[in-house]
Amino acid sequence: MADSIITDRAKGAPLIAGFTEEGEDLSPLNLAASNLSPLGGDAAKEHSHGGGFGVADSSRAGRPSSFDPNDFPALTGREEDWRFTPLKRLKGLHSEALSAAAAPAIEVKVTEGNLELAVGVEQAAKSDARVGFLAPEDRVAANAFAAVETATVITVPAEADGDVIVASIHGGNDTPSAQHIVIIGEPGARATVVLDHSGLAVLSQNVEIDLKEGADLNVVTLQRWDDAAVHASDQQARIGRDAHLKHTAVSFGGDVVRVTPSARLSAQGGEAEMFGLYFADAGQHLEHRLFVDHAAPKCTSNVLYKGALQGEAAHAVWIGDVLIRKEATGTDSYEANKNLVLTDGARADSVPNLEIETGAIDGAGHSSTTGRFDDEHLFYLMARGIDEKTARRLVVRGFLNEIIQKIGVASIEEQLSEAIEAELAQTEN
Amino acid sequence: MSTLEIKDLKVGIETEQGHKEILKGVNLTINTGETHAIMGPNGSGKSTLASTIAGHPRYIVTGGEILLDGENVLEMSVDERAKAGLFLAMQYPVEIPGVTMTNFLRTAKTAIDGEAPSLRTWTKDVKGAMEKLRIDPDFAARNVNEGFSGGEKKRVEILQLELFKPKFAVLDETDSGLDVDALKIVSEGVNRAQEENDMGTLLITHYTRILRYIKPDFVHVFVDGHVAEQGGPELADRLEEEGYDRYLAKA
Repeated sequence: MADSIITDRAKGAPLIAGFTEEGEDLSPLNLAASNLSPLGGDAAKEHSHGGGFGVADSSRAGRPSSFDPNDFPALTGREEDWRFTPLKRLKGLHSEALSAAAAPAIEVKVTEGNLELAVGVEQAAKSDARVGFLAPEDRVAANAFAAVETATVITVPAEADGDVIVASIHGGNDTPSAQHIVIIGEPGARATVVLDHSGLAVLSQNVEIDLKEGADLNVVTLQRWDDAAVHASDQQARIGRDAHLKHTAVSFGGDVVRVTPSARLSAQGGEAEMFGLYFADAGQHLEHRLFVDHAAPKCTSNVLYKGALQGEAAHAVWIGDVLIRKEATGTDSYEANKNLVLTDGARADSVPNLEIETGAIDGAGHSSTTGRFDDEHLFYLMARGIDEKTARRLVVRGFLNEIIQKIGVASIEEQLSEAIEAELAQTEN
Repeated sequence: MSTLEIKDLKVGIETEQGHKEILKGVNLTINTGETHAIMGPNGSGKSTLASTIAGHPRYIVTGGEILLDGENVLEMSVDERAKAGLFLAMQYPVEIPGVTMTNFLRTAKTAIDGEAPSLRTWTKDVKGAMEKLRIDPDFAARNVNEGFSGGEKKRVEILQLELFKPKFAVLDETDSGLDVDALKIVSEGVNRAQEENDMGTLLITHYTRILRYIKPDFVHVFVDGHVAEQGGPELADRLEEEGYDRYLAKA
């Protein structure tokens, strides 16, 4: 693609101590090693995008977490993890007391497979051991935790075998609100859980996903809000031994949507696949911040987010933090983000951060590309009689289809294809 | 019978140094059923002519006209030209991620014909054409040109030529980068399209090699943006012997 920036290291290629790349984070361990290299040292520090409150070069692992919003300083927009987010448009999610009562209603149903499946749906107090097993990592998420008394706990029973469970989350007001959802996959459970967000809401939401040993959950979070909605969703997953999480975030609607999914691979043999798809229109801010934490041996992770942007001040942000800790030997990890900018005036920020604290891994790589719509593609298709509109649709649809196909549930794939068609129809008007 | 007329065509491109004229008044008339070879040294404007006929936005027409049965081709958009019966087999076909060959071929055929092809005969046609061009059936499910070798891309261009049945085909150095076997397969495809559809062919090439398999009725030698000499097939034989030196010396 013309005008594209590509950073790529082949899967399995060795990481060279002191080797720096834009967007790459070096852990303190690597920094220590890199000081030995003439290429390391200060140069490495300059390129670091490490998190933490004012602590230069701190590892992603060192980010503070707390259930109390007051443990986090008031946001200024200069923080590493908030620097792209328009705080003014958060409608107080970061600064005001939130209402649990005003949060969108949640309705859970088994829509495919065994419709009689005994899915547990209950309101559990936040003191319940199943709730709050992973502490919020930012002020907005902590603010939501402080505001709720109970969490909606959805328990997928062990006998689930490929069933589809849909939680419809529909909002009807713009009061700053808070919500907490816990999804538990019992040992060996195999199912798809869809969080389908629609309507109007100003919502800070915590979603915790707990995969027990051998569980295999396909979690799809759809953000198809009304235009004025504001949604911050912290979705943290704890992945048990030999468990498999496929997490797909799809963001189309809303004024500001900020999804921060994280996968904690804390037991051997876990696997995290994290996919995402977004379509940012004029004025929209769609942000996805990933964290894959390899904290146990022999885990694999694969991240792919693809986005299309169109219209004045359409803004997409993608941050992908991958941390491979010292104990995570035999890790195989890859992350990629691809953006397709369809019109002038849109902006995509894409930052992959890779921290590696052990050399004994199978592979780790990242890639980020942001490209314009390629006129040569258009010419080729039009030279075969295909009109410009159809040609553009073919290319964009093709680009985004790769993610849709990964969801693996035909009914959802169809709905998303339709949503993309609707987005495309918008450019043409 | 259809006729493609190129009259005093002047074409340039915008460069950092300003407008650069490449075609300096080209005259050429092709009827359906005829094969014209356009030969010439690198940089003489052969590919510019091909891209201009197809309507590539990079090339700016500053004078002259292109007429298809009297209709002004230069006023048509790129897709309208294809629908009117013009086909360009590209020198460097681009890869289009996420769009399968099957989807692309059917979409293009529908656009060109103005109606969707009957599913049953279409599938059979595609399969048959692929077999004749020795294209692996797996290619149907792959994305357009993605990961295809140079030779495979050229074969897929000729596949489209056979399926879309244009009135006129412009082959832009289709022979470049092909080994002898692939050259034969591709040439057979062009000859089939010509026989079956009474197609007019504008064969752009640097080498005489392909003319052993595709027999031209007329040969035009392009030098410095215009036709320096034209003749019958014997002119190609002479070029084979002498090369382009005598034109370049004159220029």
